[in-house]
Amino acid sequence: MWKRDDAVRPGGGQPTSSNAPTVVGVPIPRQETSHQMEKDIVNIGKSVVIKGELNGSEDLTIEGHVEGTIQLRDHVLTIGPNGRIKAQIFAKAVIVLGEVHGNVSASDKVDIRENGSVDGDLIAPRVAIAEGAHFRGSVDMQRKPGQVQPAVSPNAPTAAVKAAQPNAPQGQTQPQAAPQTQQHPQPARA
Amino acid sequence: MFGTKALKKFLAFLTTKPSPVLIDLGSVVGGNVTYFGEQLGCKIFVEDLLADVDRHVRQGKLADLPAFMKKRFPQESDSVDGILCWDVIDYLDKPAALELATQLSRVLRPDGALLGFFSTGRPPRESQYTKFVILDDVNLKYRSYPAARGRQAALLNRDIIKLFEKLRVSDSFLLQNNVREILFRKPA
Repeated sequence: MWKRDDAVRPGGGQPTSSNAPTVVGVPIPRQETSHQMEKDIVNIGKSVVIKGELNGSEDLTIEGHVEGTIQLRDHVLTIGPNGRIKAQIFAKAVIVLGEVHGNVSASDKVDIRENGSVDGDLIAPRVAIAEGAHFRGSVDMQRKPGQVQPAVSPNAPTAAVKAAQPNAPQGQTQPQAAPQTQQHPQPARA
Repeated sequence: MFGTKALKKFLAFLTTKPSPVLIDLGSVVGGNVTYFGEQLGCKIFVEDLLADVDRHVRQGKLADLPAFMKKRFPQESDSVDGILCWDVIDYLDKPAALELATQLSRVLRPDGALLGFFSTGRPPRESQYTKFVILDDVNLKYRSYPAARGRQAALLNRDIIKLFEKLRVSDSFLLQNNVREILFRKPA
């Protein structure tokens, strides 16, 4: 049976497949690749340093150092605990367990896990930042025109959103009445 | 868990904006970022001022804090819809608090809202900051963590209003835990 890792053995034939990540158009030798659960997951090991543009069309895990640009438009990029990235990142989803300096743009989700660190701006419809993660920058989750928005009316904001929000934070109360209009600014003991 | 009266009003205001821009001045709370993103579809600038205060204390440069505050916010004037100030002002000396209030008033858009928490009780013995974790629009969870500097003497109501003299008080609540929640609005 053909094994992908055979390709990286000395004299093991073609080093890459057609959809392998490339650095400025040049395929990365698959010295750090592995198969996991029949899914193509490419692993850039911690001794690997890449400077330039990294493009790919499969999921990728980076444990090494990358400087420049990373583009995995339709795939998941995982920055492993040893990964050190100084780059602009574009991917479908980005999971950060290591360090990222640079802006991260994801069409689906950015997930900064515990001990993960991002210094840069995030653009994604969904963002999760775990307790213990470091983040400095801005988070842009603005809904683009045409994107489906929760049924929110200015007079009943949270109630309507929560009804369509099964994953809302725990402890939430029943939908509240519409907020009152502006009150006289007298302190009130609650 | 603690109740909040003003957060709901703050959120109600922001939901009237199509893609609001927020500044969150407290320490990073991932759940809050997710909450605001999901509820409002907004852009949030996470500016951990307490980390800045800590750094100044450790470096013995507390006197530089007002000048630092003056340059701290790169946002353009009148560009931000909402500001979550939490209890940051409680940890600042007056000159730094005044500069911060001036800058926040500057970046806030006309008709924008600023939510501030102000302690009215005696500062605790331990130096600690508080993370305000949003559970929903009327409930918060407080989480303390070590700080290089404790809370300063509580400000009087009139002092707070004076700090934010370019804004007007829209709502003010004194909670049972001695926290005063004030929702400011910038005159349109």
